Amino acid sequence: MSKHQIATINRRDFLAAAAALPVMGIAVRAKASEKLGFGELYKSFGPLGLEFSDKVKQSSGKDVAINGFMAPPLKAEAAFFVLTEIPMSLCPFCSSDADWPDNIVVVYLSSKQTFVQYNAPIMARGVLEFGSWTDPETGFISQLRLRDASFRTV
Amino acid sequence: MRKLLLAMMSATVMSGAAHAATVYPLDRATVLAGSPFDFKVEFSQVVKPEDVKVTVNGESYDAVFGKAADFVGEEKGTEDKVLGSALILRGVKLAKPGQYKVEVSAGDEKKSVNWDVYGTSATPKAKNIIFLLGDGLSVAHRTGARLMSKGMTEGKANGRLAMDDIPPVAFIGTSSTSAIATDSANTMSAYMTGHKSAVNALGVYADRTPASLDDPKVETIGEALRRTGKKSLGIVTTAEVEDATPAALVSHTRKRGDKADIVGMMYDVKPDVLLGGGSAYFLAKSVPGSKRKDDKDYIALFKDAGYAVATDKNELAAAAGSNQDRLLGLFHTGNLDVTLDREFLKKGTVDKFPNQPGLVDMTKVALGKLSKNPDGFFLMVEGASIDKMSHPLDWDRALVDTIEFDKAVAVAREFQAKNPDTLIVVTGDHTHGVSIIGTVDDNKPGTEMREKVGTYAAAGFPNYEDKDGDGYPDRVDVSRRLFIAANNGPDHYETFRPKLDGPFVPAIQNEKKEYVANEAYKDVPGAVFVQGNLPKDEDSGVHAVDDVVLQAAGPGAEGFRGYMEQSDVYRVLADTFALGTEKM
Repeated sequence: MSKHQIATINRRDFLAAAAALPVMGIAVRAKASEKLGFGELYKSFGPLGLEFSDKVKQSSGKDVAINGFMAPPLKAEAAFFVLTEIPMSLCPFCSSDADWPDNIVVVYLSSKQTFVQYNAPIMARGVLEFGSWTDPETGFISQLRLRDASFRTV
Repeated sequence: MRKLLLAMMSATVMSGAAHAATVYPLDRATVLAGSPFDFKVEFSQVVKPEDVKVTVNGESYDAVFGKAADFVGEEKGTEDKVLGSALILRGVKLAKPGQYKVEVSAGDEKKSVNWDVYGTSATPKAKNIIFLLGDGLSVAHRTGARLMSKGMTEGKANGRLAMDDIPPVAFIGTSSTSAIATDSANTMSAYMTGHKSAVNALGVYADRTPASLDDPKVETIGEALRRTGKKSLGIVTTAEVEDATPAALVSHTRKRGDKADIVGMMYDVKPDVLLGGGSAYFLAKSVPGSKRKDDKDYIALFKDAGYAVATDKNELAAAAGSNQDRLLGLFHTGNLDVTLDREFLKKGTVDKFPNQPGLVDMTKVALGKLSKNPDGFFLMVEGASIDKMSHPLDWDRALVDTIEFDKAVAVAREFQAKNPDTLIVVTGDHTHGVSIIGTVDDNKPGTEMREKVGTYAAAGFPNYEDKDGDGYPDRVDVSRRLFIAANNGPDHYETFRPKLDGPFVPAIQNEKKEYVANEAYKDVPGAVFVQGNLPKDEDSGVHAVDDVVLQAAGPGAEGFRGYMEQSDVYRVLADTFALGTEKM
């Protein structure tokens, strides 16, 4: 909305703006949490390990939002879900175990949310945490997490 | 005839009777003389130890085996369910070849099995064996690779694959101990131990207890080489080195997914050359990219054991020229990218791992290192992604990887030409339900891709080109290309086109844990929905039960003949190296 339009606001525009308010509210919140893309997680990849990007290091402990896909959960009752860059079928080629891609983000929800269809795109937001951590209930080890998180379909 | 039928019927009924104990190794097992194996008896109920009677060829078993077994009063299943009593005796060796009849009884439980303990020729027939394994390699892959790589004019191939000049010598039955169907774990395990096993199992018979690392073991070829002499061992794969096929040379687990444990088993046997992907399971859990759940750093452990470590193509080349004999090359945290992505399209994970070597480079370096051993070597080379791309029905990637595998076969044949005391075996571990039907011709009229499929005379010949003469088609998305179809699969969209943006993902899981067609391909022009014919928990095409073709050339090749069980192949390998002679 340009300054000119705001200056010449009439009743009809005002109503339209009022209707847009809730949407704008979300936009403001999204601004508060920094957007982090899957392509921005690691500075380097290599057989001897991956290195976190400066952006990840700087955003640690801060509110971030990441777009991705909810992977099918390991266990129905798990306290977390795995956010992936692309919709995934679990382990496309092997018959006995699930091998995850390198660049996954584990999302711990602040409160229960109904899981969406797994291949629907979502935006997850929460407090970013990096470094190796073992989930006490499942033994699942992650390198990147969102804590106190929530998600919505996009 | 009638009598025979009756006898057969009663035999079937008897084998299905309740209260039958199970004996491992199973009935009709073939055992290399002198090779250690675990003996286990599972009773279907709780029995008293004093009631247990076990004889071998009529003698008390402990006299024949040299020691007494541990008696387990109650084996527990999941949720502590009592499964019955058991006898376990680990590391039994039978040095004398012959037929062994093992009879077990306890109360009304009885079981009798026969083992064939075989010796080998006293002197080796070959100094080296190169075992080239195209994972999932089926006849269609060979035909497709030939058509794509060499072309065809007036019904005759314009060239030959390296595989085409190795005599096919046997049909191999790939079935597992529990089903006609099979996977890469138990199939390769049968090749590399001489014992068939269950799906997902490596180097063990699959027992009834839930633990995956306590099942009755059999000796792997890696262990046999370490036990019997000084030959070098090499393992080369485009998969993770702890994936089922390479793991089968050294591992013992009921679950191929125990990849962190398998790396430990690799370390125990220490293949002299180990090249492939899968570094994630070598890194301590604190390292991003690790898939271990402990702090073990196997890169450091291998280095401390005298290994040079290479992590990309340049380091591999440097290691090839060094004097260090032991080499660990890990070029990816997971599976290497497939040839089409790695060398041509730069898709998959090539942006993250841009300098991965291929199977040909790895095979050359491995042969260079291993051939320095005057005692000879056993080298296993796996073209892993023939299978890994056939599962998701990505036939272009599967065929280009078959061409790469064939180039590795050519490298092996060149080595053999200079070192004729080398046996070469080329085979698959199982097949896929895949066939070449004809072509797809973009220049046929209309927009419906299905109408552009040419069959019979209308198929014509594909128009792939190889102007640079590298053996690979210059492009796979030519206007008249092979049409390849699977006879099974999940719901998916058939696009009739190569997947130039990355490997095909035909189906993805929905919230009901069912695999549904991946909508990402729905809007490809001309795509048609293909209704799956597998249960909805299957994410991809599955292995076929069809026989595998085995080809062999060189000293020892005459041991392969007609129809053979996969486990019989090991016997020929053991005979070629004289692993079952008593003098050792």
